[in-house]
Amino acid sequence: MRAIPTIAGYALREALRRKVFLVVLLLTAGFLFLYWLANHYLFRDVGNLGSPSPAIEPRTFAGAFMVGLAMFSTLFLGVVLAIFLTLGVVRGDAERGLLQPLLVRPVARSTLLLARWLGAIAVCTPYVIAVYATAVVITGTAGDWWPDHAVVPAIELAGGVAIVAALSLLGSIFLTSTANGIAIFMLFGAGLVSGLLGSIGHALNSDRLEHWATIIAWAAPFEALYQDGLREITAETVGLTGYLIQLGPFGGANTGGPAVRLWACAYLVVVGLVAALAFSRRDL
Amino acid sequence: MTAALSARALEKRYGSTTALAGVDLDVGEGELLGLLGPNGAGKSTLVKIACGLVRPTRGHAEICGAKAGSLEARRRIGYLAELFRFPGWYSADELLVLHQRLAGSDGGEAERTELLELVGLAEARDRRVEAMSKGMQQRLGIAQALVGAPPLLLLDEPTSALDPVGRRTVRQLLEELRRRGTSVLLNSHLLSEIELVCDRVVILLRGEVVTEGSPAELSRPRGIEIETDQGTTIHEGGHEDVPRLVDELVRAGRKVYGVRVLTSTLEDTYLEAVGGETS
Repeated sequence: MRAIPTIAGYALREALRRKVFLVVLLLTAGFLFLYWLANHYLFRDVGNLGSPSPAIEPRTFAGAFMVGLAMFSTLFLGVVLAIFLTLGVVRGDAERGLLQPLLVRPVARSTLLLARWLGAIAVCTPYVIAVYATAVVITGTAGDWWPDHAVVPAIELAGGVAIVAALSLLGSIFLTSTANGIAIFMLFGAGLVSGLLGSIGHALNSDRLEHWATIIAWAAPFEALYQDGLREITAETVGLTGYLIQLGPFGGANTGGPAVRLWACAYLVVVGLVAALAFSRRDL
Repeated sequence: MTAALSARALEKRYGSTTALAGVDLDVGEGELLGLLGPNGAGKSTLVKIACGLVRPTRGHAEICGAKAGSLEARRRIGYLAELFRFPGWYSADELLVLHQRLAGSDGGEAERTELLELVGLAEARDRRVEAMSKGMQQRLGIAQALVGAPPLLLLDEPTSALDPVGRRTVRQLLEELRRRGTSVLLNSHLLSEIELVCDRVVILLRGEVVTEGSPAELSRPRGIEIETDQGTTIHEGGHEDVPRLVDELVRAGRKVYGVRVLTSTLEDTYLEAVGGETS
């Protein structure tokens, strides 16, 4: 167990040295600046917009939309970071000769995987939580609108990124760095598309679309967590405003709640066990 | 006495390719064993099985009595891979700290200082790996393999990037390790190096042991070269035939200026064993 902090520290140091971290930080700064600008003008003008119905609260609608957009961007940036930190952990590092000196030490391969995952999420999850929190504060101060539940979505976004990091680690056992990066990004994209299709299915009252979106959300629970997080930010918004938010791209899924969160934890454990088994049988 | 490394009927197949086809091999305590063979003979596979990086298809290997690849076995080995790389941002000292932690070594700074001095890198203690030459990195690799004073050292081409001075440093290091009782499995293409330092040599070909013995045992007599007033001639025979041949020549009125017993070199034996095969 003494090896876990040692290898996690090794991974953390590697992560902080990589240029991808700097690039993500620059992109984040750019995103947050644009986000602040958008909030500033949106909430300045939203009071002048006439509401089609007195039952619709424009400020709530705009705030929920903006935070939903911020959650999408935060998840995307967090996933980019998670993938780039883990895509070459096994096969990539073995091909470069970095892995062998570590693996011949009396450290179980499963310990190495766990430590590398911990090292990656020690960078990604604080990042995701910090960006999300900053976006919520920007919207709150610019528009005087705050999510109904602000903490759970932050944890769910971080959980989603942790799942992507685990999937990327699993992929790194079988695939080269490039192939793994492409595969995990495609998986992430497929998950997001299925979530959007689910929202469309909900708006159109299409049971079949909703059914398939639900299946995919459970198969890729980072998507389910993200959708659940979206649902949480307007969980107590009712009436026509709540209904309209639900119809939008950042409306969140109908499925969710504790079952999805428990499943996400179980999913992480299953991915970890499969990765440990696959790695234990891999010749290097 | 338990062998430092013991392999029995070791087989490894990658699909239809056979890398090892039933190898039996022992490295005794404190023994320095040289592993020779053309590219693709299975040398690196054998070393990787001993380290636990590769699983054998059949047979088994043990390190000091523990199954190769087990945590117990890995506590007893030091390994330098043929193709290795260390993170460039580590200094030599930091890299050794990392390996001390992973190996569970409590040698601390004293051990690191000793190892860096042993491989001639005492002055480069704080230098980052990325600022080191390939030869320096290779010597640092040997130092990391020695962290925790393992009883068995597995070196896969440890001198491939070294200049002649660096090679001599490694040879002296190997002799020092022999004095300390460390067993070494040395996989190298440099026959002269193996001939100079190894107690025993094993030649692999297509995954099988084709020849083994001490360098002296593998050197066979190839005749006696005698220089006389009538020129240089080569006679059949070995060391024990020299007095008789000289006596016969003197009796025949020849003036003998020099005598040299010819033996085959390890290179001759190697080429004979592998039949000129290169890959």
